[in-house]
Amino acid sequence: MKQYIVKRCGYSLLSLFLLSLTIFFFVRVTGDPATLLAEPGASEADIAKIHHQFGLDRPLVVQYALFMFKLAQGDLGQSFYYQTPVFELYFSRLPNSLLLAVVAMTFSLLVGIPSGILAAVRVGTFWDSAGKLFALLGLSLPSFFVGLLMILFFTVYLGWLPSSGSGTPLHLVMPAFALGWYFAAAHMRLTRSSMLEVLGSEYIKLARLKGLPQALVIGKHALKNALIPVLTLAGINLVLMINVAVVVETVFAWPGVGRLLYEGVSFRDFPVVQGVVILGGCMIVGVNLLVDIVYALIDPRIRLEA
Amino acid sequence: MSTSTELGVLPARLPARFSFIRARDFPLIPLLILGIIAFVAVFADVLAPYDPEIGSLSARFHPPFWQAKGHIDHLLGTDHLGRDVLSRLIFGARVSMVVGFTAVIFAGVVGTTLGIISGYLGGWVDQLIMRVTDAWLALPALTFAIFLAAIVGPSEMNIVIILALVYWTRYARIVRGEVLSLKEREFVRLAIVAGCSKMTIMRRHILPNVVNSAIVLASLMLGVVIVAEASLSFLGIGVPPPKPAWGVMLSDGKQGLMVGYWWLTVLPGCCIMLMVLSANLLGDWLRVKLDPQLRQL
Repeated sequence: MKQYIVKRCGYSLLSLFLLSLTIFFFVRVTGDPATLLAEPGASEADIAKIHHQFGLDRPLVVQYALFMFKLAQGDLGQSFYYQTPVFELYFSRLPNSLLLAVVAMTFSLLVGIPSGILAAVRVGTFWDSAGKLFALLGLSLPSFFVGLLMILFFTVYLGWLPSSGSGTPLHLVMPAFALGWYFAAAHMRLTRSSMLEVLGSEYIKLARLKGLPQALVIGKHALKNALIPVLTLAGINLVLMINVAVVVETVFAWPGVGRLLYEGVSFRDFPVVQGVVILGGCMIVGVNLLVDIVYALIDPRIRLEA
Repeated sequence: MSTSTELGVLPARLPARFSFIRARDFPLIPLLILGIIAFVAVFADVLAPYDPEIGSLSARFHPPFWQAKGHIDHLLGTDHLGRDVLSRLIFGARVSMVVGFTAVIFAGVVGTTLGIISGYLGGWVDQLIMRVTDAWLALPALTFAIFLAAIVGPSEMNIVIILALVYWTRYARIVRGEVLSLKEREFVRLAIVAGCSKMTIMRRHILPNVVNSAIVLASLMLGVVIVAEASLSFLGIGVPPPKPAWGVMLSDGKQGLMVGYWWLTVLPGCCIMLMVLSANLLGDWLRVKLDPQLRQL
């Protein structure tokens, strides 16, 4: 077990190393990073100063070492626009993103799991088709289009919900739905297929033979096993939600990390863009590692295989 | 999977190959929609009534013709610069088609090639390619694409390269998995015994056997890539204005939304939706038809 964890940690570190290398590489290969690091409209002298200040006139290896050294200290540079360290900026926005993600995730599970169960129990019927259509639409509709349509209906025509900003629970309704639908679709599909698999197994047949009522077979026996993969996916998706909400946050002017990334791009505030991407990558690598370790703890077959 | 297809036997009768069109599950409507979009994209110059990039400021915010203040001159209305929405939608189809297909093909070629090399050669080459794949997969595709777009700046060509760079990893993963099992098969071993070079084996024996999976994945990726392009354009780092990409139109239309200019967002949004929905339905069908192993994807 120890060996397995050490190995998984090693892979994760390697992933992070390659990630940092990729980011470092792209920034330097596609042009002069000084133009990205300089504030928009900087003069020649300013750029020359940045060259020296960031050591861009030194060999690439030294530059990379410096980049990593700063990264290890949590120094992601300073935002031009806000004049604060990117690290602080990111963590000031993170709670908002987390709130949105948790609400969107709750919605996606509340819709996805019951509809998935219904589709699996009533396979081939109207409910199954309706569930599939819901999932197909969720996976095909771009979230910003869903968001804009909702603003049109609920804000412009009905005047029920605020179109942007944050502060009250009402502000959360539309962004959470726009963000959550895609994930609800994914959770519905997985619940359905996982439930179908469980319902075909021997122990469910036994439960039925014992004469248990349908509600008990589904609710108590089948559901417990069918939900394991769904909840695992939900855990990973929660972290993903924080990092892919950029479009939804932009539509609804929600002040999360996605919006921060968008602002970074619009204001040509490169340290912010780079920082958000690096921290997002770290978060995802971390969660994947956690899932791998927890799975290995639960299921010995996984650690023997590796 | 039947044994005959598993052994790679050619279908006996050619006409039978086309009988699937009459089958009940054949996605005729999605195919028709994609066909129409492709047709419109190719003949955009002939079909569009106006120049999509030039408008007249005296004709701003005209609603579609069936509404009270609508004009028959501008069937689907005009935008904030007085440009004809129908013409922009028609030319937007071209942008989506060109970017979508090129990016998917580009990513497919790179990903399949690296997947084959990684799976067949094994060893440190495999380790290197797979670790890079893992690292790149760790970044959410859209975030990675935004990062790259922020560095290189917006242009149609850049978007294609960015999307290819972001999405090749999906192909590499799946193709490598297939190659690992293929290379243990008899026909590959026989080819080795017969003295074929590694290059020949990868090109002549492995590649034809993974093409199906790559095509299925490409059809599933098409929708994803189109949404990604639209998202980048929406954020202002995709196809640069005034080019008429659907994502750009949505972004422009956002300002008019609060005063009720619905056609500026609903129409391009519906175009994206129709195209992505069709691509996904077609992809689902192809997956079941061509590659039973990918059904669980």
